[in-house]
Amino acid sequence: MAQPVPSTPRQAAVGLARLRRLAYSQSVAPWLFVLPFILSFAVFFAWPVLSAVNMSFQEVLPGQVRYIGLENYRDLWNPTFRKALLNSTEYTIWTLIILIPLPLVLAVFLNSKLMAWRNFFRSTLFVPALVSVVVAGTVFRLAFGELEGSLMNTIITAFGFEPQKWLRHEGLAMFTLVLLATWRWTGINILYFLAGLQNIPRELYESAEIDGASAWDRFIRITLPLLKPITIYVLTISIYGGYAMFTESYMLWAGNRSPNDIGLTIVGYLYRNGIEQNNLGLGSAVGIVLLIITFTATMIQLKLTGMFRRED
Amino acid sequence: MSAGNALRRRLASAALFILFVLLGLFAVSPIVTLIVASFKPAQEIMRYGLNLRLDWELLSLKNYAYLFSDQSLYLTWYGNSLLITAVFTVLCLFFSSMVGYALAVYRFRFRNALFALVLVTMMIPLEIIILPLYKLSISLKLINNMWGVILPFMVAPLPIFFFRQYASGLPKDYLDAARVDGCTEFGIFFRIMVPLMAPAFSSMLILQSLFSWNNFLWPLIVLRTNEQLTIPIGLATLLTPYGNNYDMLISGAVLAIVPILIVFLFFQRYFIEGMTAGGIKG
Repeated sequence: MAQPVPSTPRQAAVGLARLRRLAYSQSVAPWLFVLPFILSFAVFFAWPVLSAVNMSFQEVLPGQVRYIGLENYRDLWNPTFRKALLNSTEYTIWTLIILIPLPLVLAVFLNSKLMAWRNFFRSTLFVPALVSVVVAGTVFRLAFGELEGSLMNTIITAFGFEPQKWLRHEGLAMFTLVLLATWRWTGINILYFLAGLQNIPRELYESAEIDGASAWDRFIRITLPLLKPITIYVLTISIYGGYAMFTESYMLWAGNRSPNDIGLTIVGYLYRNGIEQNNLGLGSAVGIVLLIITFTATMIQLKLTGMFRRED
Repeated sequence: MSAGNALRRRLASAALFILFVLLGLFAVSPIVTLIVASFKPAQEIMRYGLNLRLDWELLSLKNYAYLFSDQSLYLTWYGNSLLITAVFTVLCLFFSSMVGYALAVYRFRFRNALFALVLVTMMIPLEIIILPLYKLSISLKLINNMWGVILPFMVAPLPIFFFRQYASGLPKDYLDAARVDGCTEFGIFFRIMVPLMAPAFSSMLILQSLFSWNNFLWPLIVLRTNEQLTIPIGLATLLTPYGNNYDMLISGAVLAIVPILIVFLFFQRYFIEGMTAGGIKG
């Protein structure tokens, strides 16, 4: 039998000394510190990514797996997936149109000297971000219910409109999803822009004011250009969040089943095929398409921020 | 400054104030509506939907009583959520602070390559890998088990990134002084760096526990039986196309957010720092 445990006192002393050297070694320590990341990255990230690529070329049935080339990708070109792709894209575009300019302007207002109770409003607008999508989705599902007495229908009938079946019509369904996103994300995006605004030196504004620049000029010439880096960051996370959206739709239509798939998203389609129908091959192909979309977005972001040029 | 100018400033100030009051109402009204509804009988909500209609005689604590009764699994879910959040957050902070610290302080081979891997992990939405991860979890026997929820995302890139940025900004003189005094490398980390990084720990504590508390997609896939569910997944099961379990759903949702709102009242700064951590530029 092998004897890994030091048996004699001398061997024990050598072992201990070696351990002690290890504990003091500045070349070993960093590797021990980063070991958890290396293991976790290999097992729970690199392997799954490679496996997703691999499975997207396979037909994965219980007990038998065979390569079918590009067939999964060919199968993806179907009306349902096109619908999911379109819904996710439309949702992402709407969130970009609303959730960048609106929080930016609100952040400028909050940062202005004219604003009273600044911290109070900043915190209040942030509160929705604390609420889970599940709870938020529940509230919106019920508030946008088709009953005449539901919150939204009460509001619009007060303005003289007919009650609506919010979650059954294509346009209204998208409106509800986008409103939910606006509700949850405005506060966080305001914080990002406020952080960006605080990095702009006050002197720039002061000297511009002395030179007679109006508030509008200062906004266009100083604020906007200097907020570019943070804007690009918010743009990127919004594209991610938009294309990866799933839970909102899952909650609004109680489990991924919206009428005529008006609320189906890319991840919803992935979930439906991969988990609900256990078609891991097709599901993985959906994942790869999503990967390509987000990777492209990242590359564009890096190009815009000039990260490829800087070297350090 | 002229009197007209001063008047204009006051008007602008008032207009801004009104605008933000309206926005604030928009932000809190869904939560207020939910809280009000949690005291209403389920039939009322089934008949009229969710709204701000108030009939004092109908309000009661019945829904909450039901949550705490034997007929509901809500307390089990609450316990599961608390346990998973606590274990996940502690392990996540422990490991990611070590990794972030090492990436910031030591010079070693492949350091930059490792940091690049951290960034890559951060840049890829996890939705892409849930299917292979699901398959892997089945073979590792992690399905329907809290470790299946915790392990894959325990060494998280965002906290690593945050701790690295934070540790980079700290003075290194202490470390060499400790070495001279005969402290081990781990001793330096635990006795000197951890206290110095306390503010970073607070921000990440809040960010990661909020993430875990509200996490949906991955636990939805891993957790299978009713007794194992966390609050968000449990609440989602109450909402079905064939009818909703309103009495439990609404009061359950309220109890899921109230603790967070209370913590937020006291530790706003850390919430704000933690949740905007990704935006901090290196």
